[in-house]
Amino acid sequence: MAEVDESNKPLFAGLSDVSISEDIPVEGEISVPVNSQNPDDEFSTLDEPVKDTILRDLRAVGKKFVHVMYPKKSSALLRDWDLWGPLLLCVTLALMLQGGSADSKDDGNPQFAEVFVIIWFGSIVITLNSKLLGGTISFFQSLCVLGYCILPLTVAMLLCRLLLMMTPEKANNAFELIGFILRVVVVTASFSWSTYASTAFLADSQPANRKALVVYPIFLFYFVIGWMILTFATSS
Amino acid sequence: MANPDFHLQFQDFESDEGLLGSSREVTEVSIDDPVGKSQKQRRVPGGAAQDEDTDSLGNDDTTQLLSGQKKSAPFWTFAYYQTFFDIDTYQVKDRILGSMLPWPGKNFVRLYIRSNPDLYGPFWICATLVFAIAISGNMSSFLSHQGSPNHTYVPDFGKVTIAATTIYSYAWLVPLALWGFLTWRNNKVMNAVSYSFLEIVCVYGYSLFIYIPAVVLWIIPSEGLRWCSIMVALCLSGSVLVMTFWPAIRDDQPRIAIAMILSLMALHTLLAVGCKVYFFSSGSSINHVVTQTEVIETADPTRAH
Repeated sequence: MAEVDESNKPLFAGLSDVSISEDIPVEGEISVPVNSQNPDDEFSTLDEPVKDTILRDLRAVGKKFVHVMYPKKSSALLRDWDLWGPLLLCVTLALMLQGGSADSKDDGNPQFAEVFVIIWFGSIVITLNSKLLGGTISFFQSLCVLGYCILPLTVAMLLCRLLLMMTPEKANNAFELIGFILRVVVVTASFSWSTYASTAFLADSQPANRKALVVYPIFLFYFVIGWMILTFATSS
Repeated sequence: MANPDFHLQFQDFESDEGLLGSSREVTEVSIDDPVGKSQKQRRVPGGAAQDEDTDSLGNDDTTQLLSGQKKSAPFWTFAYYQTFFDIDTYQVKDRILGSMLPWPGKNFVRLYIRSNPDLYGPFWICATLVFAIAISGNMSSFLSHQGSPNHTYVPDFGKVTIAATTIYSYAWLVPLALWGFLTWRNNKVMNAVSYSFLEIVCVYGYSLFIYIPAVVLWIIPSEGLRWCSIMVALCLSGSVLVMTFWPAIRDDQPRIAIAMILSLMALHTLLAVGCKVYFFSSGSSINHVVTQTEVIETADPTRAH
């Protein structure tokens, strides 16, 4: 290596001689692209109160909730993903689906772990499926969208529990039937809302001749979650 | 069950001297030699064969058509698995229809899969079938208990787990066993057709599709309708399976060939009948037995008195 350096030196020396000997004023402006400093940049997070940090994250999550509720093909959900919202929704849904007591044997409601695994494993499989089919969306963006789009179903679960609580213990059949029909309507509406919202966000990243292949697993995923919500029964 | 149409096609390939070597190799490519695949079937984007393969330009097109492999990558990369999902919507539709409509003399693998086996269909058909079984099993038990006043309906989530275990192990283990058997027989007796493991998985996955509408029909609490739909589904998908695998075993000893086909049908029947018995009538039949014994017990003292 040393020999190579030595053999190169005269070459560079000659070059520098040439450039300097011409007596050209070596001046110029080096323009370094400097980012314009935003006042509300991430720069100042070190000395801000913890409350502000948490509130800022919560506000970002809330903004994405609004995007799910009004799916307008905007890419805000895709641009900066986070998994806080999906975690929050998933835990809420699983806790509400838990039913009364975890120990009772005849309680066939899905356990917390089962709901948790179905939601996360399901969205991972759907994401892998869309990647394998040639989708251009990144892994965590897809997870984020699928997780946030559970929001309508979580709302439906809340409504269903309220409906079940309002139904008296020994209600007559007609009352029960009306309650059941109401729950079917709520769950169907939220299921189609979830599917529509996630399709609006995800379908554009696919080749046109494979859209149906990507949308079908999403449909199945939300359908199964909707079924778990619909058949939820409080153990007496 | 002899398949003259298919046989004739193969003869056609054999008569073509230039293709003999390459097509022979290509049809026997199986999943477990990705290295061999990468050497033989690399596709150059321009369409001309520029690698060390000896294929001429004209041959290359035919080889591509026969092999159907677009590209190959080592198995640890993501692109390798993308080749199993390289499928369009219309192809999936065609394969599903082909798995339901047996046509005498048509080979499902050669007609629809053409050595481009996908895993999309088998995976999602199995997933759909699992949830269809669990959901309609729950609904049928709900309907059968609806009349009884002191029964509160509770969903049985455990059915999902059991159905998933059954369906996925059927869809993977039976093809694995079949593939092993066919490979073993191929060593002893040279068969005209040999299938790769993925092709067998693909055939089995698509052949399960017909059970999805059948399972949805089972919600209706009528035993006659259930058995009827089982028979229809079994005949349709079973005959597709038999017609697909018969050419692969035809040249073997007749005793072994018939035994293999019979065991294929027996396993297929076992799956359908097992699902029907376990998920759709166990609750009601147990209840039936219980009420009968109760009736007997309550009847006995009165008789004694």
